[in-house]
Amino acid sequence: MGEPSAAGRFGDFGGRFVPESLVPACQELEDAFRAAWVDPAFRAELDDLLHYYAGRPTPVTICRQLSKELGITLMLKREDLTHTGSHKINNVLGQALLAKRMGKRRFIAETGAGQHGVASATAAALLGLDCVVYMGEVDVHRQELNVFRMKLLGAEVISVTSGARTLKDAINDALRDWVASVETTYYCIGSVVGPHPYPFMVRQFQRVVGDEAREQCRELLGGSVPDFVVACVGGGSNAAGTFAGFADTDARLVGVEPEGGAANGRGIAGVVHGMRSNFLQDEAGQIEEAHSISAGLDYPGVGPEHAYLSAIGRATYESVGDAEVLDAFRRLSSTEGILPALEPAHALAWIFRACDSGEIPSGSTVLMTLSGRGDKDVAEIMEILG
Amino acid sequence: MSDRIMGPLEECLRAQRDRGRKLIVPYITGGLDDEWTEVISALAVAGADAIEIGIPFSDPVMDGPVIQEASVRALERGTTPQSVIAELSRTQVGVPLVVMTYVNLVAHAGFHRMAKTLRDANVAGVILPDLPLDEAGEWMSEAAAAGIDAVQLVAPTTPDERLARICEASRGFVYAVGLLGVTGERTELANSSLVIAQRCKDETTTPVLVGVGVSNPEQAVAICSVADGVVIGSALVRRLLDGQGAEGAAGFIGEIRAALDSRW
Repeated sequence: MGEPSAAGRFGDFGGRFVPESLVPACQELEDAFRAAWVDPAFRAELDDLLHYYAGRPTPVTICRQLSKELGITLMLKREDLTHTGSHKINNVLGQALLAKRMGKRRFIAETGAGQHGVASATAAALLGLDCVVYMGEVDVHRQELNVFRMKLLGAEVISVTSGARTLKDAINDALRDWVASVETTYYCIGSVVGPHPYPFMVRQFQRVVGDEAREQCRELLGGSVPDFVVACVGGGSNAAGTFAGFADTDARLVGVEPEGGAANGRGIAGVVHGMRSNFLQDEAGQIEEAHSISAGLDYPGVGPEHAYLSAIGRATYESVGDAEVLDAFRRLSSTEGILPALEPAHALAWIFRACDSGEIPSGSTVLMTLSGRGDKDVAEIMEILG
Repeated sequence: MSDRIMGPLEECLRAQRDRGRKLIVPYITGGLDDEWTEVISALAVAGADAIEIGIPFSDPVMDGPVIQEASVRALERGTTPQSVIAELSRTQVGVPLVVMTYVNLVAHAGFHRMAKTLRDANVAGVILPDLPLDEAGEWMSEAAAAGIDAVQLVAPTTPDERLARICEASRGFVYAVGLLGVTGERTELANSSLVIAQRCKDETTTPVLVGVGVSNPEQAVAICSVADGVVIGSALVRRLLDGQGAEGAAGFIGEIRAALDSRW
């Protein structure tokens, strides 16, 4: 997975479709990111934070029971073990350092499940930035615990009441804030979405997941790469980071979307949130609401690089339903003693299905990114399962 | 500039401006209620020089609460791009009609097809606030080929060199966003409105209109000491949401017309 074009395109996807007020800011951000990324001092500071603060590298765990039951070698990249409990921290630490470097003291973010919001509030607390998190009203209710965590960390949480009141609308309101505050404010997007350079930059900040896993798999598999590399996809940041470590190998890359938010599966090309990508739309081009049991995947679009990987056939995108996801959640919990977040439970649900159908042949090696831990979802699952 | 092709919107606005008149372009949300096309007629009579019609979009990131609410209300009534355009094609009021919407609705139909459809409906210009100059090439070619003026926007953060290029590329008028922020009423006129208007006037002979945050006759007068005119959106749409109808809309725009005409 290489550089986008000068116009920020991955093939036909990406670009910078923002109100004129934000065009200079996106350019400034791109320049700042490129300079920081090749600055050894910046990278050393980031690596230091990732190691001593976030707890990297995270291990790869081979599932003892499930591997036997499924007849494969199932390996989990354990992003659930990072500080704050998901891969979101990787990107946020990078962007928060960048905000400081750019002299912006106000740090705004959108969040769906709350993991990116918690990570943003955490990094802002650590680095002395003022944090404001936009969160759809629906998500505020289903992720109460994360809302409280963000407040404890000193962030202001703004409940978004426009549209479907989920992640899409939180992004809209964060963009509206940024249009008005661009001179003093850094907008920390949580996924590989938005105008250029965000999809590229966030993937670069997340590629630590894939780069580590590549090396760890080499050790575990005696020098080879896994046959399958699987990750869940909402906007697609953990998948982009994971795939970045394996795109130049023979590994089959599989992104797993929720059935009710399968932008690569059922969406068509459009332009929203600053990017040309695939979106769920009605016949007139109005953006439809996504529906998923996991707030983090409740997004009707997908990152432009995923749209591109899908178009060129380098990665395939599958979708799973809420019932399968709940089954996968319970099965991993009871067999391996790991409570996954509902988001990566999607990836696991597809693995179970593909092992059943033979799409993943017996004897395969499979790496899955366990992007976050399930603590945040326990209350909601308790309600669903009664 | 000598072989610069201008469409019907720019011809009309230049002619009005050149005879010393300050320009008013009111904005309303298409499909807001049963009488939205009657509002257009009333605005023309009240002294609008062109009328901007918003085609409601599900995710209007450049719009504040008032126009968001109007968009939701219109969409909930079943308003579609097709329904707005069909009604516009039957609405001839003697001043140019300009469509404002978001690029996804235009890209979804296809740039070529949408440009032709709009032209066939007698739409004279189009504003797409999330299609900045760098991404607008294909759309501007298709619009020009169809005889539609593709209006470009400048913002207070636009650097000088870029502002010059946008002013050069814009057709119909130059839409100068008066402040850093989304659409909505403001109690005080932002000083940035006058600054951005002057920067554009120094660059171009194309009419320069300031929009976003222009809320009343006093603010319109202040801006027109520099700019060629104003776009009035949220202040008007709020009146429509409040149920003031065509009469209230015409009354409000009439006040602004009178205030400008008494000065110039």
